[in-house]
Order: sequence, then C-alpha cells, then structure tokens
Amino acid sequence: MATAADGRLQGARSANTSSFSRARSSPSAVLPSPPNPGVKLGPNGATFVSSGIPDLDTILGGGFLLGSLVMVMEDADAPHHLLLLRNFMSQGVVHRQPVLFASPLRDPRAFLGTLPSPVSSSKEHRQRDTLVDHNQQDQEKGLRIAWQYKKYFGDQQSSQNHNRDVKQEFSNDFDLRKTLERQHVQYIESMSIQDIPHLTILRDRCSNFLSGLPRSDGGNLSAGRIAIQSLCAPQCGYAEMDWDLVAFIRFLRSIIRSSNVVAVVTFPTSFLLPAFLKRWQHLADTLLSVRAIPDEDKDMAKLLTGYQDMLGLLHVHKVAQNNSQVPTVLEASTFSLKLQKRRSLVLERLNQAPVEASSGTSYSTSGTCSGPSKGSSLDF
Amino acid sequence: MNPSPPPPRDPDLLEEALGLGRGGSPPWRLAFVEDCVETSGAFVLHHFLKRALSTEGDGTVVFLGLAQPFSHYDRVLRKMGCNLSVQRNKNKLHFIDLLNLEFLDEKGENDIEIGFMDLYNRILRSIEAIRSKDYNGGWTTIIIDDLSHLEIAAHGSAKHVLDFLQYCRSLTSEMDCSLVILNHEDIHSSDEALQMLSHLDYISDILIKAETLSTGIAADVHGQMTVIIKDAPGGLIKKLHSFQFKVKENGVEFFYPGSRF
Repeated sequence: MATAADGRLQGARSANTSSFSRARSSPSAVLPSPPNPGVKLGPNGATFVSSGIPDLDTILGGGFLLGSLVMVMEDADAPHHLLLLRNFMSQGVVHRQPVLFASPLRDPRAFLGTLPSPVSSSKEHRQRDTLVDHNQQDQEKGLRIAWQYKKYFGDQQSSQNHNRDVKQEFSNDFDLRKTLERQHVQYIESMSIQDIPHLTILRDRCSNFLSGLPRSDGGNLSAGRIAIQSLCAPQCGYAEMDWDLVAFIRFLRSIIRSSNVVAVVTFPTSFLLPAFLKRWQHLADTLLSVRAIPDEDKDMAKLLTGYQDMLGLLHVHKVAQNNSQVPTVLEASTFSLKLQKRRSLVLERLNQAPVEASSGTSYSTSGTCSGPSKGSSLDF
Repeated sequence: MNPSPPPPRDPDLLEEALGLGRGGSPPWRLAFVEDCVETSGAFVLHHFLKRALSTEGDGTVVFLGLAQPFSHYDRVLRKMGCNLSVQRNKNKLHFIDLLNLEFLDEKGENDIEIGFMDLYNRILRSIEAIRSKDYNGGWTTIIIDDLSHLEIAAHGSAKHVLDFLQYCRSLTSEMDCSLVILNHEDIHSSDEALQMLSHLDYISDILIKAETLSTGIAADVHGQMTVIIKDAPGGLIKKLHSFQFKVKENGVEFFYPGSRF
C-alpha cells in the first residue's frame, strides 16, 4: 500500500517519470510497521477512531473522524448521552489513546469509575464478529446457522488465532455491567468545569492536551480523545456567557481541525437560546441527539416492534464530511438504543409494527430532533 | 503540455439565474448564500470559486476562510477539477486563513473595531496585490465562508459586523468586484436575531437560498435552491428562480423538479 501511494506521488511531482514508477529508492518505502488497531484509514485521507459502539461506527461510515467535532444533544429526561461518553472513553482506554475528560461534576474521577470494560472475547463474540455485516434482525438467522458455524470452527479458530496478534479490533463491544479497573483509567486527564468563572481555563487545558500529544508514535498514527460533558450546564460558572461559549466551541473546532484528535461534546439543549442552539449545531461536524423513550407509551408500543427493550433513541442529524462537499444521506437517521444480552449497546433501525387501518401517524419517521418543518417551499 | 482548454460549456441553472453567462462580470455586487443545519450551502461557494478561477473567466478570488482550513477547500476543488495551490501561486487566488480568528481580548471592545479594520485592510491589500502585476482586467470575487464565524469573532456585536459589511460593499463599487457571503439563515430566524436578517437583506442584491425539500432528505435530490434577484439593494424582487440540486464530488447538478428520471 505504501509503495503504491509513493508511486503516485512521484508521478505527480516530476513530469518525466510515469505515474507507475516504483518508488524503490524512496526512503519511506519501508515495510509498514504493524498498524495501530485503534486508528483506521479511510478514503480521502480520512482517519477514524471508533466511537466505542460498533453499530454507530457503521452508521457514521467508519467511526469518528479525527480532526472533527462531534456534538451530542442531550435529553433532560434521560442520561443516555453518558452511555455514548462512557463507551467513547473506554474505547480510548482499550487502545491506549490519551483522553481528556471535562465534566461539571465536582469530582470527574468518580464518573471514570463507571467506564465499561470490553466484552471478553468468547466463541459467541467471535461469532458476532463474523456476522458483523448483518442486521441485528439476522441474529436469529445466526442462531439457526450456529450449528453450521461449529462445523467450520476448527478451521477458523486456527486462522483467527494467527490473526489475533496482527488484527486487534478497531471497535470493541463493551460490557456495561462490568467496569474498567482503576489502574486502567488512571492515566485519563480529567478536569471539573463546575463553577469555573470563565472558559479560558478549559481552553488552556485543551490546548495543552493537544500540544502534549505525540504526533505519531513509531511511524504509527496516534489519536487523542477529548470528552466534554454537558458543556453549557447551569452549574458551570460561565453558563450565562453565550458568546464566550460559542467562541470556545469555535476555538476547539479550530485547534482540533489539523490535529489527530476527536472531540465529543454533549450539551443540554434546553439551556441555550434558540439562535445559539443553531450556532452550535452549525459548528458541529457530526451532530447526534439522544432521546428518552417514555416508559409506558402504549401508542409507541403499538407502532414499533421491540419497544420494551429500547433504552432510548439516537438521531443522526449530520455526519462529518472529510474534505468533501457531498452531504451524507443516510437510509435511516433514527435508531433505537438497546442493550444486547443485557450488557452491550447496540443501535437498531426502527421497525414499524403492522399498522392498523385507523392509525396514521408514525413516531419512527417523525424527525423529532431535526429542524423545524418548512412551511412555504416553492417546489412545484 | 496542457491540453487545449475545453469548449465553454452552457451555463447551468444557477449561472443563468445569476446572469453570469459565459464569463465576464456579474451584474450584481453583493450576493448572500443562505443555508441551514440540514442543508449546507458551502457547495455554492465552491461553485463560485471554481467558476471564478476557470481558465475561460480569467477571474481572481479573495477568499476569507473562516470555517475550514485551506487544505479542505484544496481537496474539494481538486475533485472538481481546479487546483487551488496552483491558482494561489499564480496570484489568482488570495486565501486568507482565518480559522483561528478572534478579536476580543481582555482589553475590551476596541479590539473588535481594530480587528475588523485589520481584516478590511487585508482584503484591500489582497485586491491591490492582484491588480498590481499581470493584471488583465479579470473580475475579482471576494468570498466569505462564513458570516456566523465573523459574528462569533466579533463576540456578537452586530453593529461591527454590519459596519464591516458596509465597508466591503463600498469596496465592491470602488474596486469593481463582487462579494459572495455564506450566511446561516436559521441562526437569524429566531426573534432576537431577526434584525440582522433585515439588515443583510437591505444591503444585498441577490439571495441564493439552499433549503431542504419539504418532503425531507433524499439521496437523489439534496435540496431546493431559490435565487432572488432584486431590482435594487434591499428593493423589490425583480426575478425569482427556483430549482433543485444534487451535490456531487465533482460539482453540482441543477435541474427543475421532476425533470430527473
């Protein structure tokens, strides 16, 4: 892969050599060192890190883009954004990536004690890996062909053991019932943003974090993660400073743009003025929102299958575009958050239950968290 | 050797609406491009950028990059067949990198004024630099991406932002150039910010709106575009064009509703 890329570069620079020249003399054409499993390369020079939720990585087309700003709109009724933050940080711990965590809690380290640990790999885990492309609805199909899988298990196991050293996982499943041990999360930098009088403290911390990052360790791409919880929460001293807040977000976005860091910022939308909410949404590269599902909503139970198992809803408003002007159009943008086997987070597309003749509205297609519906458009 | 330049293509619906035709100067000074969170209008700026720097037009561009770094525009335009680095070296593009732009210091408000003056002077110097050597009379376009970043840098001071825009507008008549600014309409459509929108409307000649379809997001039609041409800045609507668009890596397709498939 490296030689092919070098060959292309050579072709572009000098007019004489064709683009197919081999870069044999190029000093950088050495055998590539074992790739960092925590960082994945994509098209257009994009680099991804996992969000900690494999389904979300797939939905977003690879994962969280390094250099991008991910913003999550919280729901006041349920703390589902914490699920995203926890998995995001745990994934960073698993891959030994530097993590900076800022929280309005008095003691953020208490939250770090709740980070889930990765699911220990087992037969069923490997089985899930091989079925990773299939929809969750195919789980039943998976169970049905499990007996066939066992037939090949002997052959597959040896090759998988061989690959295990080389191919670590980019994205882990996390067991929400088990937490990471203290010693693993010790290295995470954390700071409390409760009562801080102004945002320069947070700004400086983020700048220092970025400058302290290794650009690349031993030829491999390294990555860093910034997680900021409830940025405009009222208990933060600066919460009234609308313009300072949005200036901070712009600042954060500008410093991580040309870095190998991804920042995830969650915020409660109810504390922002509508104009500022829009400003924040525009500044985000990837914009998600989480919504609580009311406990006993009979209408919704009738409309959606598997309603009882749902924790909440996740809506994808915007997906980061790397060096491209083409918008990402998803087939579905609202997903249900569920716990699979009561331990790991999965995202599922919403399925409408068979609609009775009388009912008309459908919760699954209403863009609950999207922008206001347009009134007067001029499409004929 | 470069291949002979491709024959000039027919103007697309947007260029027709804007009266751009086959190169030459546009019959307007200040155009606002409006978009929303759901539908980004940045592609319109890329379209203008490419058009201005195309070999047929012989135009030049001063680009204020507040939202993205140069590398982003470089990559995007390269897929559209325009090499920004080369154009920059040829003095046809002046890219002012303002990703980290901030005016406000602990000192106070005066920094915003000084900041805007500096910015204005940078634009002026860029235009003069373009006009100084090898100038063959091509049209200069100033593109600002985007206005909301200027407001943030100005710490919300609408007065300063509007003053700056007025200066830029007068620059367009003095130096014979045009100005294209991207603005997020949904930020200003709430009550407290409506005033800004009316001010912007007052100084603009043309409004290009990119909106989502009322039916929602679709893979084949990314949105709807409305071009409003006024008979005078802030005046009555002279002409209104409406069509749909689909954004691709190598450009944009404009078409009338229902004319695809």
